[in-house]
Amino acid sequence: MTTISATDVAVGTELPEQVFSVTRADLVRYAGASGDFNPIHWNERVATDVGLPDVIAHGMFTMALAARVVTAWVGDPGAVVDYQVRFSRPVVVPDDDAGAEVTVRGTVGALLEDDRVRVDLTVTSGGEKVLSLARATVRLPR
Amino acid sequence: MALDRALVGRSYPPSAVYEVGRAKLAEFATAIGSEDPVHRDPEAARAAGYPDVIAPPTFAIVLTLEAANVVLTDPEVELDYSRVVHGEQRFTHHRPIRAGDRLVATTTIDAVRSIAGNDLLTTRVDVATEDGEAVCSATSMLVARGTA
Repeated sequence: MTTISATDVAVGTELPEQVFSVTRADLVRYAGASGDFNPIHWNERVATDVGLPDVIAHGMFTMALAARVVTAWVGDPGAVVDYQVRFSRPVVVPDDDAGAEVTVRGTVGALLEDDRVRVDLTVTSGGEKVLSLARATVRLPR
Repeated sequence: MALDRALVGRSYPPSAVYEVGRAKLAEFATAIGSEDPVHRDPEAARAAGYPDVIAPPTFAIVLTLEAANVVLTDPEVELDYSRVVHGEQRFTHHRPIRAGDRLVATTTIDAVRSIAGNDLLTTRVDVATEDGEAVCSATSMLVARGTA
């Protein structure tokens, strides 16, 4: 299952990039699973009433997608010991089958004690950064 | 209206026990598109060294969002929720949440700030087992736009 170990990794090591498509159906499913039923994530009328361009993804959904790039790389979802993001811009999700595209890139930004590394994530949609200061600390197997 | 700085450090009583179920973890994993078997197959989880299926790294939001509602309903926290957006989120995990955990969430106001006309409220939810084993902390920063 595990794909990497602490000895394989250096500052600057790049994680495999992933591109996710986010549709309205994904947001409805995430709303149900997470319990966050804020209508700006599924109702265009409410979203535009509060000044948004359209329905937007839950920030927490985007944060979860970005984590998948890290957990897929390390091969263990339990290896993430710290994970933080700033929600800098909403992911706007149109009412069509294609949805929005979210691109996640990750780079090892620091080697830490106890076989831990910090992964710095770049998360964009429509060419704009949607998360900033997105960082995960993961414990790698030896 | 700007938030009262005296709110910093205020802590609320612990939540009711949240019992983590295998089906809920599988549902959440499916919702975020993760196919990793450690979220849904107890055998795979055990092979990976865990006692039971484990949660994805952001699963804790399911209980911490609910727990932090105690702040939103505090009459002394004057925040215009129609103008609130999620500014930042952090999870610190002491170990993965797993099926069978009986978790209690305790919410504390960590910081209150006003920046550029916005009110910023940071809450921390500490999640522990019923028996007191620390599992994770979730820190959320909410921004109320143009209210300070």
